[in-house]
Amino acid sequence: MARILNMDRTQLLGFVLLAALVFLVLPLALDAFRLNMVGKYLTYAFVAVGLVLCWGYGGILSLGQGVFFGLGGYCMAMFLKLEASTPEATAIQSTPGIPDFMDWNQVTALPWFWEPFHNLAFTLFAVIAVPVAFAFIIGVAMFKRRVGGVYFAIITQAVAAILSILIIGQQGYTGGVNGITDLRTLLGWDIRTDSARTILYFVNGGLLFVCLFIAAWIKSTKFGRILVAMRGREDRVRFSGYDVSAFKIFVFCVAAGMAAVGGAMFTLQVGFMSPTFVGIVPSIEMVIFCAVGGRLSILGAVYGTLLVNWGKTTFSETFPELWLFAMGAVFIGVVLAFPNGLAGLWTDHVAPRLPRRLGGRPRPEAAQPAPAE
Amino acid sequence: MTDTNTRPVRRSLQVHPDQPASMERRKLLGGALGLAALPLAASLLPSRAFAQAPLTSAVNTTGLAVTDSTVKVGILHSITGTMAISETGSVQAEKLAIDQINAAGGVLGRKIEFVQEDGASDWPTFAEKARKLLVEDKVASVFGCWTSASRKAVLPVFEQYNGMLYYPTFYEGLEQSPNVIYTGQEATQQILAGIDWVVKEKGAKSFYLIGSDYIWPRTSNKIARRHIEKQGLSVVGEDYFPLGHTQFNSVINKIKLKKPDVIYAIVVGGSNVAFYKQLKAAGIDMTQEHPLLLTISVTEDEIRGIGGENIEGAYAAMKYFQSLDNENNKAFVANFKEMWGDDMVIGDVTQAAYLGAWLWKAAVEKAGSFDIDKVREASPGIELTTAPEGYVRIHENHHLWSKTRIGHAKADGQYEVVYETADLMEPNPFPEGYQ
Repeated sequence: MARILNMDRTQLLGFVLLAALVFLVLPLALDAFRLNMVGKYLTYAFVAVGLVLCWGYGGILSLGQGVFFGLGGYCMAMFLKLEASTPEATAIQSTPGIPDFMDWNQVTALPWFWEPFHNLAFTLFAVIAVPVAFAFIIGVAMFKRRVGGVYFAIITQAVAAILSILIIGQQGYTGGVNGITDLRTLLGWDIRTDSARTILYFVNGGLLFVCLFIAAWIKSTKFGRILVAMRGREDRVRFSGYDVSAFKIFVFCVAAGMAAVGGAMFTLQVGFMSPTFVGIVPSIEMVIFCAVGGRLSILGAVYGTLLVNWGKTTFSETFPELWLFAMGAVFIGVVLAFPNGLAGLWTDHVAPRLPRRLGGRPRPEAAQPAPAE
Repeated sequence: MTDTNTRPVRRSLQVHPDQPASMERRKLLGGALGLAALPLAASLLPSRAFAQAPLTSAVNTTGLAVTDSTVKVGILHSITGTMAISETGSVQAEKLAIDQINAAGGVLGRKIEFVQEDGASDWPTFAEKARKLLVEDKVASVFGCWTSASRKAVLPVFEQYNGMLYYPTFYEGLEQSPNVIYTGQEATQQILAGIDWVVKEKGAKSFYLIGSDYIWPRTSNKIARRHIEKQGLSVVGEDYFPLGHTQFNSVINKIKLKKPDVIYAIVVGGSNVAFYKQLKAAGIDMTQEHPLLLTISVTEDEIRGIGGENIEGAYAAMKYFQSLDNENNKAFVANFKEMWGDDMVIGDVTQAAYLGAWLWKAAVEKAGSFDIDKVREASPGIELTTAPEGYVRIHENHHLWSKTRIGHAKADGQYEVVYETADLMEPNPFPEGYQ
């Protein structure tokens, strides 16, 4: 495995440590409730890992990753909602058999685009396909026209705003501000019990590692080097005969696909999906997770996500009226003190002191200053 | 000793750190005298002394956070984010009620301690915090939520872990959970009486419905439309705007064109400020009552943002106004201002939030137990003669029997109560013929 991914010992050690943390330490140390919360945080890590590829390596800053997270989550939620809306369970409605929010909004028949979501196989396909197709359309429209940098970030943000307004506005079909709530079972399996949540946590962790391996593999191939080259000197890559836009579209789609898997796992673990995840604020928050972890480090993104969310929960439980200030202070502190995030802290201060056989090196490769965006 | 008594549990806030605890306690005792007439408490609680409380093993068989001298409850509202401005009043009212109950001897001889969590105006956060309160803190009851979206987010959590939520906001109905007591009015209670009044007293024949675009205004307007059309009157327009919308000029022009007798407005949150200012700027003087404006969404809290001069002359239909003239309410308003400051205003939802803790206390004492199932069983029929709004009683469907009042907005930001229903309105969350 390590050879396929061209990993050196430091990277391998990093993967092993993270795996130990996710699959051994956390499940043993935390009760079912806290473990489920960590599972929720880890779903954001899918987005952050995608952002490392797309932003850290490819230099494409997307402020709209919540769109893909949300689309993936909504696809899953639609399936679960249909399963929860049997005619027996919804007998008190004017139209039994359709989701409750449709009934509240005077919708009397299931809309056509909901129909396929009766099928789990289609749903799992759609979880990935819909967001990736959407990312592809945005990518083609933008990158083929050579829209990049700040303009691209602004446009992704606009897309996030548009989609959240659309979802809120079409409440008869989407649940509106309330989102799609009260999801109960997956093919008859109650996803709300502690044991189901624990199983979902491990499934989620497994999928996250699949994404991490994909990211590490992409990074190690020639494609990964072209990405970095594009980030540095796009023109030179283009003049060398590469179709820059195709590479950008591809990496943007990969990041979207990862975010979508995270969204679907979020829906399964938390039990509902809401338009608050599609908007601008969560999309920017996800960029922050990535920045805190270190945008050049795939594993750093996971740690960054865990740390920020753990901090959010702890601060807000301890100081319910002041926690936002504490979070703000942490962000400013991290950006000022560690511009390369947690990963920078590791490569600059910890790795050089490790013994050589564990992969310690005197001069870490990622220590050079990050290119300005 | 008093010092520890007034401090809530770990991870929560001190009630009001700037006052010495003993003074605050004395003050509250004084305030509680006005509420001392609570009949159930008097008859069921043999003594007010903490020491003679019934055994914990007898009143708590399901592992809730109840000790020999304390019981833990949760407060779950947004104190950050866009909803904070609306929900703060509810938090204050709940803390006031808890303080008063403690000063009067607690519940089953146990002092209430509260764990406060911040929903942060974010529905998934509400769900997470609700789960935390029920699973980790094992609270005996939760007072909280404001928007329908936050309630919908926590509802499955309360049903799964069998918690009890006291929900204070007037809302759209279409819901009746065994794990929620709805202390605000559901849509029909607010709407039917208001429309009947403008039809009878003001001779209204045509209505223009306008609202923010989400479930509560839409459902409410659906009920309003059915009720209006049933009487052979007409609805000449119905428009919705996204939350936070601030450009109402086009709809105001439509209103001027259609000349309805009544503008029926269910605009919420910050949009209200723009809506009423633009109405006034467009020359619609509500004091002329031509057209007349009737709202079910603007409480005294919202008027603080809108400005009394901009909404003067409008009518509101809800169950509580700060200006209500009765002894309970006078004591409540005085205590509230004493605890939170003289510049406070109290709206409908704030009063409903205040009822929550008292209704819970009454149910627990009737049940003789903190167990959720027993409290649920005891809840229907619980009545509160000490309620600031007058008298309320819990219906079998977990909503409250309450009167509906019409308030006339004055320039100073208060409503003058011009009408109240003679009888209590029956809560009917699933109205036949209105869906």
